[in-house]
Amino acid sequence: MSVELAAYDPKNLHLPEEDWLRSGHLACPGCGAALGMRLALKALGPKTIVVIPACCWAVINGPYPFHALGVPVLQVAFETAAVSAAGIRAALHMQGRDDVAVLAWAGDGGTFDIGFQSLSGAVERNEDIIYVCYDNEAYMNTGIQRSSATPLGAWTTTTPEPNTKPEPKKNMVEILAEHRIPYAATASIAFPEDFVRKLQKARSITGTKFIHLWISCPAGHKSEERLSVHIARLAVETGVFPLYEVEHGTRYTINHEPKFVDVSEYLALQGRFRHLTAEQLDFIRQSIQWEWQRLRAKAAMGEQLPPPPAPPRSGMVV
Amino acid sequence: MKAVIKGNSAVAHGVRLAKAQVIAAYPITPQTSIIEDLAAFVAKGELAATFVKVESEHSALAACIGAASAGARVFTATSAQGLALMHELIHWAAGARLPIVLADVNRAMAPGWSIWTDQNDTLSQRDTGWMQVYCASSQEVLDSVVQAYKVSEKVLLPTMIVLDAFFLSHTHEVVDIPDQGVVDRFLPPLELPLKLDVERPGAFGNLVFPDRYMEFRYKIELAQREALEVWKDVAEEWSQLTGRSYGLVEGYRLEDADTVLLTAGTPASTARVAVDELRREGVPCGVLRLRVFRPFPAPELARLLAGRRRVVVLDRNCSYGHHGIFHQEAKSALYALPERRRPELLGVIAGLGGRDITVGDLVAILRKAAREELPEVSWWNVLQPQEELEAAVASK
Repeated sequence: MSVELAAYDPKNLHLPEEDWLRSGHLACPGCGAALGMRLALKALGPKTIVVIPACCWAVINGPYPFHALGVPVLQVAFETAAVSAAGIRAALHMQGRDDVAVLAWAGDGGTFDIGFQSLSGAVERNEDIIYVCYDNEAYMNTGIQRSSATPLGAWTTTTPEPNTKPEPKKNMVEILAEHRIPYAATASIAFPEDFVRKLQKARSITGTKFIHLWISCPAGHKSEERLSVHIARLAVETGVFPLYEVEHGTRYTINHEPKFVDVSEYLALQGRFRHLTAEQLDFIRQSIQWEWQRLRAKAAMGEQLPPPPAPPRSGMVV
Repeated sequence: MKAVIKGNSAVAHGVRLAKAQVIAAYPITPQTSIIEDLAAFVAKGELAATFVKVESEHSALAACIGAASAGARVFTATSAQGLALMHELIHWAAGARLPIVLADVNRAMAPGWSIWTDQNDTLSQRDTGWMQVYCASSQEVLDSVVQAYKVSEKVLLPTMIVLDAFFLSHTHEVVDIPDQGVVDRFLPPLELPLKLDVERPGAFGNLVFPDRYMEFRYKIELAQREALEVWKDVAEEWSQLTGRSYGLVEGYRLEDADTVLLTAGTPASTARVAVDELRREGVPCGVLRLRVFRPFPAPELARLLAGRRRVVVLDRNCSYGHHGIFHQEAKSALYALPERRRPELLGVIAGLGGRDITVGDLVAILRKAAREELPEVSWWNVLQPQEELEAAVASK
């Protein structure tokens, strides 16, 4: 392996001590969504209300009367994470509780597909919420069906071989950047300090914040549980999943320069890519290069542009 | 203060007086002027609320659910397709036991496109756990909105205030708009027993296994039963403050009536005129208007209709493959009576898609019933398919 497991010692991590994810949750072994939530609440702390639509976390939090988090949780309908969070924010605002963060925590299906309309509406209205999409690249909670976040060539139960997914993954951060969202970022469970910093930064910004968190899913990716963090790291180091931030849709910051390990190393650890054809592999390699060229070009353009004009302060009566 | 306002404005004044804190809504004819009025109240500082101008009715109710879960008093309004789009969350709001108030301006479902009134949009939401109140005047609309918050917040179930498109929503009437002080005495600020609270971090809406799900649903049923009494108590309290009283049902010239027209919404007002006319001819008839439809006031219906010769149910709706929905419901209420006290029950479907139901129609229907010429179920004043085709061809 060109990316050594031993090179990353969790003892060297600098993260907030306190945990708000308690033992007894129902996540599968090696679940990236559980680790992601643990990190998110380390970053945001107890003054946070979490909104969970239909997704793996609707199960992970535990059945009635159990509750695995030390913060309030509202489970909502599949397509409503963003707007439900906006409703909570509106209530908190009327109660003078703008100090409480509202975190919408949705999977890729609830974000890229069924929840997209409500998310787009919330971002357009610049609702003061933090939205994290934890992306395991398919409908894993219902048993591995393709979503628009599933990458090209991946096997799922609705894209069985030889009909593996012919379309590439939708680029959610770029779509939201075009909404001129104040803050959008990608993050990875393999880069916990980066993820925690981004959440803390998101909390300091008023308006809509979106973080696209790549997570491993041993059950759905057909990977080894012990390799979850390693595979997430490879997603970054191969260039498949760049770590970057976008402010107001224009200011790009690339947070980590990948080693550009050959993507086959990442793909080989996941049974969902076992049936890749040579053409598909070639497309994936070319796409990584092309997407990085595009990302660097956007970053360069953002540097040349002056900051976008700030909308006038709202004189809204509430 | 007395003012000449539309039914839709009466809704907005009710919401303003109830001091709703979060409004989330999406425009749809004929509801739109409700939320326009509310937007104006907020902009003028007459209502301290956050108005979330969402991108769909589905999101409107989702925002209300989020805000109500955090303890805010909330409001939304819609019609027809918008209510149908909300359907998933209509179930959700009741299941989550949130005291949301929604005004629905009854509009016929498409296709064909119709912006005019009928009751199939709200009656399709009958089995969701919501309370439903069908209004017949703008005054009743305003009063019912304020009452709905009180009842909903007591029993923790949402309420749908229902008004007919145009006949009520866009018709100007004199309405007494109560002073804020009167409403404040009646309706204290909302204090939910459980809500999203970082000091008491609970979880809402979790997975519930079969061993407990039924208990949650049973509690909804118990709350509906309790609500039947609460609506009466709240109406009594409102009556003491304003002098205006409303029952679960409302009778007109029932005393010696052997024929009773049972209906909901504004046709009940039209029916009063028809009844007056027929009584001048010596036909002993009356009107019973169903106001609170859920919880269903079956005992009141049975008590008021027992021993009558016949009841004609006028439905501005249809459960296709069976018959009018109020007709079915009345049948279920009357079945409790001993057979000798059970009136003959006749159903008439009329006025779908906003077709006018005139005094003349109702006089003719009641006269036919009195002559024993009205079939058990009939569609009033409707062209047969071949006649309709010929009429369409002729009009081209």
